[in-house]
Amino acid sequence: MKEQVLMRVMAQLLAPFILLFGIYVIMHGELGPGGGFQGGVIIASAYILYSLVFGSDAGERVFPARVSDPLNSLGVLLYASVGVVAMVLGGAYLDYDLLNAANPPAGQALGIMLVELGVGITVSAVMVTLFNELARAKRP
Amino acid sequence: MMTTLLIDVFLLCLLVITALGAVMVRSLLAATLLLAIYSLLMALVWVSLQAVDVAFTEAAVGGGISTVLLIATLVFVGRREAPGPLIHWPSAAAVIITGAVLIYGTFDMPRFGDPAAAPHQHVAPHYIAQSMNETQVPNFVTAVLASYRGYDTLFETAVIYTAGLGLILLLRGARTRRRERRR
Repeated sequence: MKEQVLMRVMAQLLAPFILLFGIYVIMHGELGPGGGFQGGVIIASAYILYSLVFGSDAGERVFPARVSDPLNSLGVLLYASVGVVAMVLGGAYLDYDLLNAANPPAGQALGIMLVELGVGITVSAVMVTLFNELARAKRP
Repeated sequence: MMTTLLIDVFLLCLLVITALGAVMVRSLLAATLLLAIYSLLMALVWVSLQAVDVAFTEAAVGGGISTVLLIATLVFVGRREAPGPLIHWPSAAAVIITGAVLIYGTFDMPRFGDPAAAPHQHVAPHYIAQSMNETQVPNFVTAVLASYRGYDTLFETAVIYTAGLGLILLLRGARTRRRERRR
């Protein structure tokens, strides 16, 4: 679709705003609808739009597998390590109260933000991986 | 009240029509697009039920990502359904029996929105009353998902991670093997 001017211009115009909206949805999951899952999918959709219009080779250059593979695991790792940190601080696993012992509700808010970020990272990276692998599977 | 009912009935009729269309149509591409429309209608139903977080997920995942993934899958399996009879009777019987059992099950469900229903009596009042004090997070859907039910969400994320990992191992692995065999 690279030769179609309208598609090219619109993809270039929209992709940054979709990315920004995805990050907004992840970070504002506490205040409104949304969260890591939805935001992660929206971030991935910006990449998929770009790949569909400019071809999967161009997509690969933007977000190569050597970046998306570690990000797959990084999100789950971030989520799980928030739980471990709470344990090290003397609480139960995933008990965010301990992240800010002086003010437990603030600790909860911090923990929720971190795990939502973890969910967002894993979901967006996995969606990108799914798309990339399916798009390239037929290639030699 | 009346307007809400009209909108709900309208949406549910459209849902049934889209679902039937997706089953009946022969072109798999058309079926995929009908499923995307189905997801968007479903998202509207969730909004009408005031479940905006679920609506958001339905629109993003059902309408967006899974459509793209299904279209990518069509590259493997071809665009047209294999010719055959329109109705496969054993599967139709299985679907009708399962559907009848499920509908029979709904007779025991509490009335829609009944505040005395069991799920609304258990932990939900605590979440509604206390989540702001306990977590400083105004959207208590997020508080429930990420904190009160943190284990669930952790393992849901692990499921998504496993799906990605499986695809890398299967598809990328197969591609690498093909390439090596050619050498």
